[in-house]
Amino acid sequence: MPIKPAPFRPSLPKTPTGVAGFDEITMGGLPTGRPSLVCGATGSGKTLFAATFLVNGAVKYGEPGVFMSFEERAEDLAANVASLGYDLEALVAEGRLGIDHVHIARNEIEETGEYDLEGLFVRLGFAVDQIGAKRVVLDTLESLFSSLSDEAVLRAELRRLFSWIKARGLTAIITGEQGEGRFTRHGLEEYVSDCVVLLDNRVQDQVTTRRLRVVKYRGSAHGTNEYPFLINDHGISVLPVTGASLSYSVSDEVMSSGVGGIDAMLGKGGFFRGSSVLLSGLAGTGKTTFAATFADAACTRGERCLFFVFEESAEQICRNARSVGLDLQRHVESGLLRFEAARPSLYGLEMHLARIHRDLDAFRPAVVVVDPISAFRGPDLEVYAALLRMVDLLKSRRITGLFTSLRGDGGLQDAEDQGLSSLMDSWIKLQTVEANGEMNRTLYIIKSRGMSHSNQVREYVMSGTGIGLIEPYIGPGGVLTGSARITQVAREEAMQLHRRQKAERRQQALERRRAALERQIAEMRASLETEEEEAAGWLREEELRELVLKQDREVLASRRSAAE
Amino acid sequence: MTGPARVPPAAPAASTAPAASTASTAADVDGDVGLHHLRLYVAGQTPKSLAAIANLKKVCEEHLAGRYDIEVIDLMENPKLAAGDQILAIPTLVRRLPAPLKRIIGDLSNTERVLVGLDIRAKAAAP
Repeated sequence: MPIKPAPFRPSLPKTPTGVAGFDEITMGGLPTGRPSLVCGATGSGKTLFAATFLVNGAVKYGEPGVFMSFEERAEDLAANVASLGYDLEALVAEGRLGIDHVHIARNEIEETGEYDLEGLFVRLGFAVDQIGAKRVVLDTLESLFSSLSDEAVLRAELRRLFSWIKARGLTAIITGEQGEGRFTRHGLEEYVSDCVVLLDNRVQDQVTTRRLRVVKYRGSAHGTNEYPFLINDHGISVLPVTGASLSYSVSDEVMSSGVGGIDAMLGKGGFFRGSSVLLSGLAGTGKTTFAATFADAACTRGERCLFFVFEESAEQICRNARSVGLDLQRHVESGLLRFEAARPSLYGLEMHLARIHRDLDAFRPAVVVVDPISAFRGPDLEVYAALLRMVDLLKSRRITGLFTSLRGDGGLQDAEDQGLSSLMDSWIKLQTVEANGEMNRTLYIIKSRGMSHSNQVREYVMSGTGIGLIEPYIGPGGVLTGSARITQVAREEAMQLHRRQKAERRQQALERRRAALERQIAEMRASLETEEEEAAGWLREEELRELVLKQDREVLASRRSAAE
Repeated sequence: MTGPARVPPAAPAASTAPAASTASTAADVDGDVGLHHLRLYVAGQTPKSLAAIANLKKVCEEHLAGRYDIEVIDLMENPKLAAGDQILAIPTLVRRLPAPLKRIIGDLSNTERVLVGLDIRAKAAAP
């Protein structure tokens, strides 16, 4: 059985209803072998709740049940609950369900003395015995009050009926119409004292929300809040969402945001898995594009992504994502990406939450995108409470959530966002900066719990190839964006060129000077060589002259001797 | 005992419509109230049940002598018959004929109301 054991051993045996969430609130279900009262105004879903109890009993828990209807005929009942996906006729045919329509009209009845309701007991007993029923629904017992005039007898018989149900050990749901200032119009709660569940269908600001409250559960602890519940083609589910505690496990695993530049700005290279990320920015800052990129990255990794859109249709998101080169359609077709689009005003906050809850259970995504949370309108406190539960819901399932928010003003002191920011683990702010007659998009990371992150304001552009972060230009005049950045870059390039040219010129001048000097040196060296040569020539002449003189003297001497 | 032939007591509970048509023709033939086919549901031999049986017999003998047919059904023995005639209160007297179907609950101690319930008092008061 899918019911989790309660933290303490319940002393009271309980019968699971199979209504998602209800068994958690009541820590096991309705009291076994006792009648429980389910009351509420017209249209609050009493009959469907009761029918769900029986069908789940028959299908999931192997406990046949008897539906004794005082209002609807068996065929009508079958048709009505068919909308929940229940096939009563098949269950009846299989002997797992018995339906008895008790019809009494006052105008057909004449009361002529003492009577009791033994016939009801006989019928119920017979129906129960026939299929070995463990569960019984009496819907709506109170219509007897309009059929029979002797209220004293009726009350006595009802009291007897409830003790009979207990004696037979039947787990029963008695439904009752809500009365003025009391739970039921005829005070059935006096007799059914073990468990009273109140269903409510409240309209607030033209939005309807179904709520359920366990008013009383004798001998058992139970959730005491009002819980929203949903009725749709999957049956009923109740959301014990306020029960979420802060005891979820956390992950050190990091996942990419889909935008390389942002990953680089985050100390760990992405967001922690299971964390919640807020992406805030004014209209036109590309929140949805970031969200689509995030979803695309998740699906490309093979993870399931659930994309809640509240302002656009799924087709529109896909088309718009194509303009930045993202093909979301293929993920939709492969079943990894699912869009859930609904107008925020379609249901109340609780109902949205309930729907998200159910979708999470059904789809089991790794990543959830909610675009945008600012679409939820309502009293601040309620919106905050709903978002808190949404974040808790995702965290408790270790789902990474990306929320986009359209902020009312650009300031940081926006009350709602401040409140929200404490829920979020990471907060990326997108903004447009006006300078030189143009708006440029910049982003920065306000916070990212558990990791260091860049403090830079980065400009980004959305192009046909996706979102790209541009290397920041941080000059003496601050961070420049857009054309100012481009001009600045150009200016810098020109200056650099200029400097380079200047240096080259200086280099050339130096070269020239070096060449000139070299030339001079060469010339001087040449003249020195000339002088040296001249000097050498002169020396040789001198030597020659000395030699000639010597020869001359020798010749003269010889001549002199000859003459003598 | 010159009344018309009795309807067999085991008449099927479900087919009230054809029975109603025969009842109206029977009433036309007689020019007065025709056969009263009455079925009394009780649950065991309780004082209320016994009182109801006695009271019913008395009323019938006094007002419908020879034109009635009483079938007593003990739901303790035949519980499945309870649903067919939409029995809730015990004792319940069901007037199956003549149409329309009438239910009279209680031990039938209030004779006036029994007669009204069986349309006997109203008929008697009419001329």
